[in-house]
Amino acid sequence: MKPLKYSLFAIISACASSTASGYRDGSPAPFKLPDLPYEYDALEPIISQKTLTTHHTKHHAKYVNTANQLILRSEDATLKTLSQEEIIKNHKDNPGLFNNVAQGWNHSFYWHCMKPGGGGEPLGMLADAITKDFGSYEYMRNEMETAALTAFGSGWAWLGYDTKKGKLVVTKTTGAGNPMTDGIVPVLTIDVWEHAYYLDYQEKRAAYVKAFFDKLVDWEKAELNFGLAPMGSVAAEL
Amino acid sequence: MSAKQIITPALRAAVHVRSSKLTPELTKSAAAYLSSAPSGGTHALPDLPYDYAALEPSISAETMEIHHSKHHNTYVTNLNGALEKLDAAVGAGDVSAIIGLQGALKFNGGGHLNHTLFWENLCAKGSSEFPSSGPLKEAVEARFGDLEGLKKELGAMSVGVQGSGWGWLGFDAKTGRLEPATCANQDPLAATTGLTPLLGIDVWEHAYYVDYRNVRPNYVSAIWDVINWGKVEERLVAATK
Repeated sequence: MKPLKYSLFAIISACASSTASGYRDGSPAPFKLPDLPYEYDALEPIISQKTLTTHHTKHHAKYVNTANQLILRSEDATLKTLSQEEIIKNHKDNPGLFNNVAQGWNHSFYWHCMKPGGGGEPLGMLADAITKDFGSYEYMRNEMETAALTAFGSGWAWLGYDTKKGKLVVTKTTGAGNPMTDGIVPVLTIDVWEHAYYLDYQEKRAAYVKAFFDKLVDWEKAELNFGLAPMGSVAAEL
Repeated sequence: MSAKQIITPALRAAVHVRSSKLTPELTKSAAAYLSSAPSGGTHALPDLPYDYAALEPSISAETMEIHHSKHHNTYVTNLNGALEKLDAAVGAGDVSAIIGLQGALKFNGGGHLNHTLFWENLCAKGSSEFPSSGPLKEAVEARFGDLEGLKKELGAMSVGVQGSGWGWLGFDAKTGRLEPATCANQDPLAATTGLTPLLGIDVWEHAYYVDYRNVRPNYVSAIWDVINWGKVEERLVAATK
């Protein structure tokens, strides 16, 4: 069947690129801070080198380090055997642990939602699914922009595959929230914590969100994520 | 003519000329009664009691200008928009719409309240020292031991807010004591916790990112230099009346 073959292809590709991509890494703690898939100045002038450097080496690094410390010092030995995804899905009751592990994952995923020379419209099976579930790319993009702009405070806007409904949906989460806790497999995200855009756009979140879609979004990676989605996981567990 | 037909225009005229025959409380409630806006009309961005550069080096002029003229201004604009919609919904008896507006009211109303309090509890370095005697000093000593104790505890709580929010020094009218607290997003202190706000510290990233980037602890350390302790004491005295 065509869709199954596509998914296998996606998984194999994902495995091939899994080593440095953080969010595809199903290993337990200590988690590594994954490298950016591009240089720190690669997204200029849309996102500055200053922002990417601070965002990656300070914010993201701190989440990873704090998560590792919490897990390695915990009395609960089973935590040391779990992947990031397993912790996110099963430990929402532990806010300190959840916030740091989820933010580590969210950022790893976010870096791969962008690329230099990105933008344009989605491709392949993802484009078909967007048309089927939203009517058009423009409608989906409008939903995403609205979600990004109405996330009160710190949060994320997501395009995801809802495994219960069997369709693509747009959602937003606050703080460290990730829609995988609601059975939605992430396909694309945009970070709207102020630290993601403040140095470059100050209060103008709308301009950052527009530039993200016009010039940064990596629809190829998004399509890979979508290919894995019916399996219910983004991490390549093979 | 009915009594109402006589009284209503008379009240309107008196309110219009701010008649000295009416007490301020009566003028205000008359205005609300006569207003077609049950929510009481529009709000305005307050002027700062100092120049944008007055809080340097703790907070830069650039931050103050964006924070005040952009962020706070947006809360005011959006609050007024939400209140207009609320008035329409109330007028139409549309309970569903009234409920639907609660998020926008809390966020933008809270943003307006919080920032108005915030600007007033800041001042230029050295222009309002912590008092060496009086009700504020006594209350701080009772709850925290000394000023350093307050800075340490409220400072740590403010730094520890996950994501966006505020640190507050509040007054608990039930116990008569000071209490430190934090609130998420723009949730206002009084409506959320019942405490009376005396001192607010904004720890949204927009409050410090230009000056301190990710290092929130440095911002919270520096803000103690520009706290208007006179204002804090004024609020405490008003709360204890």
